[in-house]
Formats: sequence, structure tokens, C-alpha cells
Amino acid sequence: MSQKKSFQGLILTLQEFWAAQGCVILQPYDMEVGAGTFHPATTLRALGPKPWKAAYVQPSRRPKDGRYGENPNRLQHYYQFQVILKPNPPNLQELYLASLAAIGVDLKLHDIRFVEDDWESPTLGAWGLGWECWCDGMEVSQFTYFQQVAGFECAPVAGELTYGLERLAMYVQGVENVYDLDFNGAEGADRITYGDVFLQAEQEYSRHNFESADTTMLFRQFTDAEAACRSYLAAGAPAAEGERHRMAQPAYDQCIKASHVFNLLDARGVISVTERQSYILRVRELAKACGAAWLKTAAGGAP
Amino acid sequence: MPDLLLELRSEEIPARMQRRAAEDLKKLVTDALVARGFLYEGAKAFSTPRRLALHIAGLPARGEAVREERRGPRVGAPEAAVQGFLKGAGLTSLDQATTVTDPKKGEFYLAVIERPGRETLDVLAELLPEIVKNFPWPKSMRWGAASAEPGSLRWVRPLQSIVATFGPETESPEVVPFAVGGIAAGTVTYGHRFLAPEAIEVRRFDDYIQALERAKVILDADRRKDVILHDARDLAFARGLDLVEDEGLLEEVSGLVEWPVVLMGSFDEAFLDIPAEAIRATIRANQKCFVLRKGGSEDLAPAFILVSNLVASDGGRAITAGNERVVRARLSDAKFFWETDKAIRLEDRLPKLDSIVFHEKLGTQGERIARIAALAKDLATLVGADPALAERAARLAKADLVTEMVGEFPELQGLMGRKYAALQGEHDSVCAAIEEHYKPLGPSDRVPSDPVSIAVALADKLDTLVGFWAIDEKPTGSKDPFALRRAALGVIRLILDRGLRLRLLEQVGAADRGLAGRAGADAGDLLGFFADRLKVYLRDQGARHDLIDAVFALPGQDDLLMVVRRVEALGQFLDTEDGKNLLAGYKRAANILRIEEKKDGRAYDAPPDAALAAAGEPAERALAEALAKARETASAAVAREDFAGAMQALSTLRAPVDAFFQDVTVNAPDPKLRENRLALLNALRAATREVAEFAKIEG
Repeated sequence: MSQKKSFQGLILTLQEFWAAQGCVILQPYDMEVGAGTFHPATTLRALGPKPWKAAYVQPSRRPKDGRYGENPNRLQHYYQFQVILKPNPPNLQELYLASLAAIGVDLKLHDIRFVEDDWESPTLGAWGLGWECWCDGMEVSQFTYFQQVAGFECAPVAGELTYGLERLAMYVQGVENVYDLDFNGAEGADRITYGDVFLQAEQEYSRHNFESADTTMLFRQFTDAEAACRSYLAAGAPAAEGERHRMAQPAYDQCIKASHVFNLLDARGVISVTERQSYILRVRELAKACGAAWLKTAAGGAP
Repeated sequence: MPDLLLELRSEEIPARMQRRAAEDLKKLVTDALVARGFLYEGAKAFSTPRRLALHIAGLPARGEAVREERRGPRVGAPEAAVQGFLKGAGLTSLDQATTVTDPKKGEFYLAVIERPGRETLDVLAELLPEIVKNFPWPKSMRWGAASAEPGSLRWVRPLQSIVATFGPETESPEVVPFAVGGIAAGTVTYGHRFLAPEAIEVRRFDDYIQALERAKVILDADRRKDVILHDARDLAFARGLDLVEDEGLLEEVSGLVEWPVVLMGSFDEAFLDIPAEAIRATIRANQKCFVLRKGGSEDLAPAFILVSNLVASDGGRAITAGNERVVRARLSDAKFFWETDKAIRLEDRLPKLDSIVFHEKLGTQGERIARIAALAKDLATLVGADPALAERAARLAKADLVTEMVGEFPELQGLMGRKYAALQGEHDSVCAAIEEHYKPLGPSDRVPSDPVSIAVALADKLDTLVGFWAIDEKPTGSKDPFALRRAALGVIRLILDRGLRLRLLEQVGAADRGLAGRAGADAGDLLGFFADRLKVYLRDQGARHDLIDAVFALPGQDDLLMVVRRVEALGQFLDTEDGKNLLAGYKRAANILRIEEKKDGRAYDAPPDAALAAAGEPAERALAEALAKARETASAAVAREDFAGAMQALSTLRAPVDAFFQDVTVNAPDPKLRENRLALLNALRAATREVAEFAKIEG
């Protein structure tokens, strides 16, 4: 296995590719999130007039997708590689295809397709139009032109690319089971697989997510995070008309927190169908309020 | 005559929107041209995933000149009138107007306005940008740096380039000079994204379509469909397999490729344990691939057809292998669903339905199932089904909604329930009813024939209709979110196709009582809804809607089978000479009655005095006798549900009615005689009401 085709090699190649396009290469956000989009470098930076280019890996947690390490394709914790370009350059599709070529997808051999997929995140109050990107019938990325985030129109529009790293690596390596992925590209005793790194974690977290997560604590945490978000927003609010907001990001952290706690509660099956909608709405209200606050900060483009 | 070529090249347009968009483009451009007086010989629009194209042939090079005369005020009119005239006619002074003498009104001003015909090129440059800007995409978006400003161009996906040329065949055409969203129309386009990425210079439609073909783009969606279909059939045939054809999938796939390359992949035989419908749903929905049957058999083959967009340098081996991997993973999921689902009995799934809300105001799925089961049990005796089986089937009918397989593929609801029921040894009729209780879905779907299926299908639909009527969520205009029209049509088709005798009002009442605290459906209103749906259904089959109205106008018509029988008999009767004449006689009688009743301010609805009629003129006496007899016979025939017999009885009235109108003066000078003659006419009206409300019949 060449270094380049290893799981970590794939990440390094993508980072290098997007760095060359002028992106800042960020590190994962240090909180539990459901997708790379939740990283403030996407959600918040997509708002406001200021140009922004960033790329980063984001560990993503989907408690409900846990399969105790027994499903070769499904994980409750996986990696996304996220690229955000604001405004989107006119050749974003070409750049995306070039990035596939960079990680070893031969475009003369493989059938790449852009298949309609309209993206919507009810919790973030966000939507956009774009595609699922297929490689020989497999969805390997999401490609979205953000139209709205946190209930605000994106002006200008950002282009977002999300690569499903495990899937892409499985494809590049020709592996059928995610746990068989070559992680580090080393030989012999030094060889490390994805299973070596994550199988035990998948088993433990599946137990946690479905069986043991402390729901009393989680319900409390949801309420606490919601209240904290509101109070930080109030505390940082502009003292007078025309002044800036001073605490948009800490407030948004609490919104992220509430969202993840909700996902855990959902996985535990303690939220009924009707309640589900109201929880989603509560998180969305937080996201909207944080977005509004962000637009009153310097990075949000406030004068 | 010059032609227009227009191409709007964009990032990948959703497959489902392409065909409509091409038609919209054609209509918008041709309508705009026609509205400006520019006629054309022919127009055709095309679509691929990356472009909409339009060719309009035979446009004039310029529009016709227009000469218009505008009459002004008389000479010497007040200044204000003169100024108004000048302004309206676009003149600066009266020197530019002429004067004309009218023999009656004297001298007045006349402006002659001459407008030369406009260059077609200019008109196109004026109308095309507006059409692009306001294009009716179902969903559109903004993009790029321009989206920082409000009002930036919206398109389905980023618009990349515009080709717009106009000119005659013999000369080099001109570019239509316009720009939209910073994109100027020109003559450059691009072919296939991977197979021919170089720029192409185009002049007019003929060389455009050929250049695209060379650049691996088939412009015509129907041609792409043909290629896919024929190549897929040939590939299947070569391996002794049959393609399972699928028009919807074919249409979609043809919108995902510019240059279709059909390939065949295979999967492990072991997956064929999964129900064929689930295999097909998986491969179709997730992979947009076609399934295959073993030659001459109904069984699926462990192979599939995929349509790629690339002539690959390895002949498609890598593409096929990649697709096979994904199909394998999908089928593994499906197999897992199938195996897990089988481990739980359907009745053990019911508690879960108690926590799923069917509709906020109509309770949970669990409550709904209990209502349907009770209704189905009662209906069973009316439709000749075993009540216990009907109840059992109704209890299990929705259980598959919480299976993994239906969760993944909602379109398999019912079908999977039937499979799981069969595996757990349910009665054949129960298994069938679990699948068939959703039927018929629409006017051409199969109507179930097993009485148990019929009972549950009726119960399901009646509960839905009555429930939504009770909470006042009826369809309005084009909005019918709960598919209530389809449910009503389902009930109608079940009744008519299976010859069921059902008093709908009774059943509506029963369903309403089942709603307990939520009850309160307006049964009369719901019956009217059924009548409307029946009218639409029968009209589609060629029946006259006025005859349906004529029958529904009678009181108590809630037995749809009898309504239809009566309509049929009435239609046949009115096709005869006797029927036509009797209708004419009825109309005449009704007319006279209407006028006289209005004049006198009273109704003549008392029965005629037989003795008085007997003492009157012969035709009068004959009609009175005929009426009494016909009415009695018709009434008895209706009671026997012999509608043809009832019509037959009425047909005996034709001669006496004709004779009466010929020989007898209704408005006799003797008021007693007049009143009795009007009463005779009323008796005719009453006699016809035995079979239908003739007033509603047209003609």
C-alpha cells in the first residue's frame, strides 16, 4: 500500500490540494458535532459578506448510525473532509474533479456523476442546492451551494464540499469493510488498520449511545445548553445600536452542544415522534439567534 | 429564412426537471416572438444534464412595418385637447399632423404614425435576457461573487455560458447581442465533460448538433433513451436474459448522461433469497440501475444493467466493478433488513404503532388500526368475507410500516407485509388483504377480488375519508395532501367493479362512530364528494354527467351500484325515440308549470282529480289514466331495482302526453279545469321522478 492511498495519506493529499487553492487548513473543531457543516468555520463563516476559504477534517458523530462494529459500512463516528469557499469560485466543479484526480481517481476510468441532491439542515435553519457526487455509482461527496444558513440568505453564496473519507478511502483502496482500511500505509508490524484504531470505540460507543447514555443527564444538559446559549447571547449583545456583538462564538458552542445532546437522546429512543420536531425547532432557534449575533461581529462583516 | 439557435449551458440540471425546462424554453421564446408579431415555421427544444437548447426555424429577418392613423380633435379645439393629441401620437407640433375634412363634423387633425419593422435580432436581444432571468425552474439558486448583491441571476444550478446565433442558412449568422448575469451570448460551447473537454465554435443548429455529437453529446433526450433501451436489451439478450423495462427509470437515467454507455454487472446468487421487489427497489432507487430476468422466466437474474456516462479506457471494467461493489453493499443491507424483519411477528410490531401519530387530530396509527379492524369486521358480512379473517387482516395490515425494509423503501408497504404474513403462516386471504388493502390506487389500478381484501380496503378508505371530513381537512382546488380523492375513487371502484350493495350513509355513520370523541363528519357533504368523484369517473368512461346529476337529485341515493344502474338505464331510455319525446314532453310540462306557478304564486302539486279529468276531453282522460298506471308500474319496478322496466313504464306515457299537448288547452277559461290540467302536468313531473330528476337532464 502506498502512503498516498492510506487513510491518513488521503487526508494529507486533500489538505495539500486545498491549501494550494488558498484555503486555510484548520483542525477539527473540539466539540462533538454531527457533520463538518456544524464547525463554526462553516456555519458562522458562511454568513456575512467577507470572503473565506477553509478546509479541515471533522470527526462526525451520528449516534443512531452505530452498529456495534458489525456493519462494514456504518459507523457512529467517522471523518468528513470539509471545504468551504466563499464566494464559490466559478470553476468549483473543476476544482473538485481535480481533487479526485489528486487522490488517485483516474477520470478516464471512472464514471463521475453529479446527481441532484438538495441539502437541508432543519437544525441549522440552512439549505442549499447541489449534488451527490457519484463515482461508479457510489456517493463519495456532497456538493452544495449554500443559499441560507441560520435563517439568513447567504450573500455571497458559499460552495461547500464534503468528502466522506472512509467511503472514498475504501474505494481508492478497493476494500469491502471499513475496518480493513489501511490507516497508515506502513508494512508488517507497523501496519495499522482502521479497525485497530476504531473498532473497539465503535463497540463501546454503540453500547453507550443505544443502551447507557444517561438520559436524565442529557435532558438536563439540553436545557442547560439552551439556557447558556441564550444567556451568552444576552451578555454579549451590543450595548447600543451600531455596536458589535461580543460573544457569538461561545453562544454557538452551546447550540452545537444542544444539537449533539438531542442526537444522543434520539438514539436512546426517548424522544417521541411529535416531540422530535419541537426539539429540532428549539435548536434551530438557537442557531438563528447565533447567526444573527455573528452578523454583528467583525468577522460577520459588521462595520 | 433565418434560424435562431439558443443554448443555455449550466452545471448539472436535475434529471427530473430537464424535459419540462426544454418545453418551457420553447414556449416562452416562441410565445414572446408571436406576441410581437414574429411568426416562425418550426421550433424544437432539447435538454441534456448540462444544457437546454432551442432551435427556431424560419423566422423573418425583420418584423413587418406598421402604419397607424390616429384621429385627433377638430381644428380649433381647446389647447389642452390638442396637446393631449400630440403627446399621444408622439408628435412635437401640429405641423406634423395633417387635416382631414369630415362631411358631418368638419375639419379635424390626423396623425399618421409609421413604424418600420424591427430587426428580429434586436427583438431577440430584448426578449431573451428576460426569459433567462425569469425562467420558471421549480427551484432555483444564486451563486458566485455576484450573489453578494440582491437581485443577482437565479438559475437551477450555476449558468455557465450562452450560445445565441441568428441568421439565414447561406450566411454566417450573427450573435444575438445580449448578456445575463455577466454572461454574454456568444458562439462557444463545450462537449462532454470528460470525453471532449475542448471548446467548440458553433454557427447554427445543423453544425451545432453535429459538433456536439462529435464531442460525445447526444442532444436529443429521446435518442439517448433509445440508445439506452436498445443497448440494454441487446446486452441482456446476449446473456440469455430479459431486461425488466422501466419507463420512469429510463427517463431519469437519460437525464443523467450526455453519452450513454450501457454496461452489465452481476451480484451473488445468494441475494436472490431477498424478495424480487426489494431487490428491484434497492437497485432502482439507490443505484438507478435496471434489473434483469432469467430468459423466459419471471425470476430475477443475479445481474443488473447500469448506464454510465463514459467510454472508459478499460472498456468499463472499473466502472462495472465499482457499481457491483455498491450493489453488493446495498443488497447486504436489504438482506439484513429481510432477515431481521422475519425474526419479529407482525402482531408483535403493533405496540410500536401505538406511539406513531397518524395525524395530530386523528390519533395514532394504533388507534386507526383498531377503527379499521372494527369496520372491516362489520363490512365483511356485507361483502361475503369471513369477519374474523377481515378483522385479523386489518389488524396486521399496517404492521409492516415499522419493518426495516419498508422504512428503507416505503413503496414496498403492503407487499412486504404480505411476505412476512405468509412466512408466519397467516391465512392466504389475510396475506392477500395486507397487500391489497391499499388498492385500487387510482383509476387504472387493479381492484382486489378476495372478499377479505375488499372488506379491509373499504374500511381503510372509509376511515380515512370520514376521519378527515370529521376534522374538516377536505381537498380544496388542486390541494389534496391526504389523497382523499383517490380514496373516494377507490371506494367507488371497489363497489362498482365488485358489484357491492352498500348504503354509504350507513357505512359513513359507522366509521364516524368509530372516531368516538373525534366524530362529527358531515355525512351529506361526504356523500356529495362521492357523487362528484363518481361523476368524474363515469364521465371518463363516457357517461353523461347530467344523467348522474339527475339520479343524485333524487333523495336517498347512497347506494352507488344502484345509482350507476339507474344512470345506465336512463341513458339507454333517452337514446330511444320514446325517451326523447317523453323528455321533450316533460320539458314542456315543466315549463308551463314554472310559468303558471310563478304567475299564480302557488304550486300545483296536488294530485289531479280523476273524475274531473274523466269528464274532460278524451286526451285529458287518457293521460290521467296513463299517468296513474305508469307511475304505479314504474314505482314497483324501481322497488324491484328493475330500472329498465321503470323506463319502459314511463315510455307508455309518450303517446298520451303528445296527444294531450296537441288536443288540450291547459290554460282553459274554467279555473277548475285549468287547475286540474296543471295538476296533470305535475303528475307527469312526479311520475318521471320515480326514475330521475328530469329537470337536470340537458337537451
